[in-house]
Amino acid sequence: MSLLEISNLHARVAAPGGRDILKGVNLTINAGEVHAIMGKNGSGKSTLAQVLAGRETYEVTDGTVLYDGRDLLELSAEERAREGIFLAFQYPVEIPGVSTRYFLKAAVDAVRKHRGLSELDSAEFLDIVRQKMALLKIDHSFISRAVNEGFSGGEKKRNEIFQMAVMDPRLALMDETDSGLDIDALKIVANGASTLRAPDRAILVVTHYQRLLNYIVPDVVHVMMDGRIVKSGDKSLALQLEEKGYDWIEKEVAASTAALA
Amino acid sequence: MTQVADKIESTAPRAAHYSATAASPRGDVPAWMASMRAAAADRFDSVGFPATTDEEWRNTNVSPITKTRFSPAPTEISHAAGELADRYRFGGDAIELIFVNGRLAPRLASQPRLPAGVRIASLAASIESDSALIRSALGKHATIDSSPFVALNTAFVADGAFVHIAAGAELNRPIHLLFISTTGEKPSVCHPRVLVIADQNVQASLVETYVGPAGTYFTNAVTEIVLGDNSRMDHCKFQQEGADALHMSATNVHLARSATFISHSVTLGGLLTRNDLAVCLAGDGAEATLNGLVVAANHQHVDNHIFLDHAATNCPSHEIYKHVLADKSTGVFKGKILVRPGAQKTDAKQTSKSLLLSDDATMHSQPALEIYADDVKCTHGSTIGPVDDELVFYLQSRGISKAAAHHLLTYAFAADITRRIRVEPVRKRVEDFLARQHDLPLDFRITETGTHDEKSR
Repeated sequence: MSLLEISNLHARVAAPGGRDILKGVNLTINAGEVHAIMGKNGSGKSTLAQVLAGRETYEVTDGTVLYDGRDLLELSAEERAREGIFLAFQYPVEIPGVSTRYFLKAAVDAVRKHRGLSELDSAEFLDIVRQKMALLKIDHSFISRAVNEGFSGGEKKRNEIFQMAVMDPRLALMDETDSGLDIDALKIVANGASTLRAPDRAILVVTHYQRLLNYIVPDVVHVMMDGRIVKSGDKSLALQLEEKGYDWIEKEVAASTAALA
Repeated sequence: MTQVADKIESTAPRAAHYSATAASPRGDVPAWMASMRAAAADRFDSVGFPATTDEEWRNTNVSPITKTRFSPAPTEISHAAGELADRYRFGGDAIELIFVNGRLAPRLASQPRLPAGVRIASLAASIESDSALIRSALGKHATIDSSPFVALNTAFVADGAFVHIAAGAELNRPIHLLFISTTGEKPSVCHPRVLVIADQNVQASLVETYVGPAGTYFTNAVTEIVLGDNSRMDHCKFQQEGADALHMSATNVHLARSATFISHSVTLGGLLTRNDLAVCLAGDGAEATLNGLVVAANHQHVDNHIFLDHAATNCPSHEIYKHVLADKSTGVFKGKILVRPGAQKTDAKQTSKSLLLSDDATMHSQPALEIYADDVKCTHGSTIGPVDDELVFYLQSRGISKAAAHHLLTYAFAADITRRIRVEPVRKRVEDFLARQHDLPLDFRITETGTHDEKSR
């Protein structure tokens, strides 16, 4: 059984007269795999990540999503997180007044409680946190600071991957984790993320650029265009896109549409 | 008092209707004080209560006060007063005076041992011993024409707290003035009064706490604080009056050269609250930090009017007021900053942020900047809105429930003010209140450290 099975997924902005964004996405991801979704701005790739995480600003109008064989769309955002879905945000928010330590402890405990485990005591929690901080070369003062408050773009993205490491998800959704990073920060973040590759975990990387995929080498690359996945291939597809842009795919799609007509 | 009609005409209230004592004010006060009272009563009788047609009272309707007939507050110290004293006293090494209905209740607190040069006593007991000093300041900063409520308070000035800290005196313990209201069978009224004079080079912490029981009563408090050169005061006003209480307060502060005033005003209780805080930066290099937190629910109405008077050069001022409004509560913030001619290098920053937890809650936020100098920096900002959905989703995406996310974010919003409070017992009390309200553990502390920006204040 696949970990994630998306069939004919349609979604729009949840507002009167809201725009259709996803127009029939089909995607299957197995545990242990890394998939990348590439596409131009506005193609719907970030929306797909947010819809999977349960963002209520989007409304699913058609299609199904099975996660581990269950109907994912029935679950609230927090239930999805507790079931092992993690979204690394494109624009992580700042939460002044909430320390990273408290925030992460609350998150980990919520997941553990859901799984019928006891809350971690402080020492156990700090052990895990220290280990993951080392992985991402994060300073100790980090967890005493308010979540993302006053962080640089790079620090925020690093914090996302750090949280991902601590939460130990089964399906990690990385939404443009590479945007706004300089090359050094990109290396740290990408290397950190690639260590999270595991046989029982799937990773979906949403990105504009190929460079992140040098570090997290995908098994499958998909191209999204106007709310659909229009082409899939192996990692060489990402290199082709880097070299030739998206125009050739647009032409290919137009030609096949014309042929069908 | 026999001429008092049963039904008070709200169009023509008279000060005499609001006496806090059954007897007429005590006669054994100096002539200057007697004439001060008389002038204040005349002033009140001529202006009456403010109406919403008055610009300064546009958003605050005082009809719960004008429509109620008040009786003098009970003079005995009830069991309820003792319980409130136990609940709200700081204990420890704090210097505490406890007042019941505006009058010192010596038996509720032990006589504080004071360092040399420090006098902390009831106003009534100090009028004789410190007559010249009191006369030089009382009513000079909170003037009877500044507000009808100040006039009304002054018409009955008799007791309250008097604090004098002489130049260079060492006072490393907080001063706590605990004002407890009690109420009898009828709605009662009291007029607490505080006068604080710090000479040069003094550092002090002063907390005013106002609490009371359920039932209608009216607390009409006035505080005057005078800070000498290079003096620094950490001031907190903590208000957790009963649910039906009517609370009017005026705090007037005067800062001499290089003096620093740090104020934290926390309003949690009362049905109708109005806080007027006026701070005059009269000496060059004086600095004021005025922060406020309002947490209101049900039909509570809380109005904070701040007036920062920049009257000298090189004076920074910082203001952050936050409102958390639930149910049908209403918040009002008016932040006036006056930069007088010649008050160059003024650096004034004002922020008002309000969180609306219900569609029925209302917030009025209004900055008012009047600037008559050309080399100044004045900024203001105001935000009003519900809990940010994006923040809620971020927390949800980490497994935290929507309800818990709302609680956590509301706590964090308010904690931004509480973590700045330096007087430990006040900070703890407010944090505990918030933690209880938001289902968080009582030892919950949201961040261990503030940001660099806040550390510097």
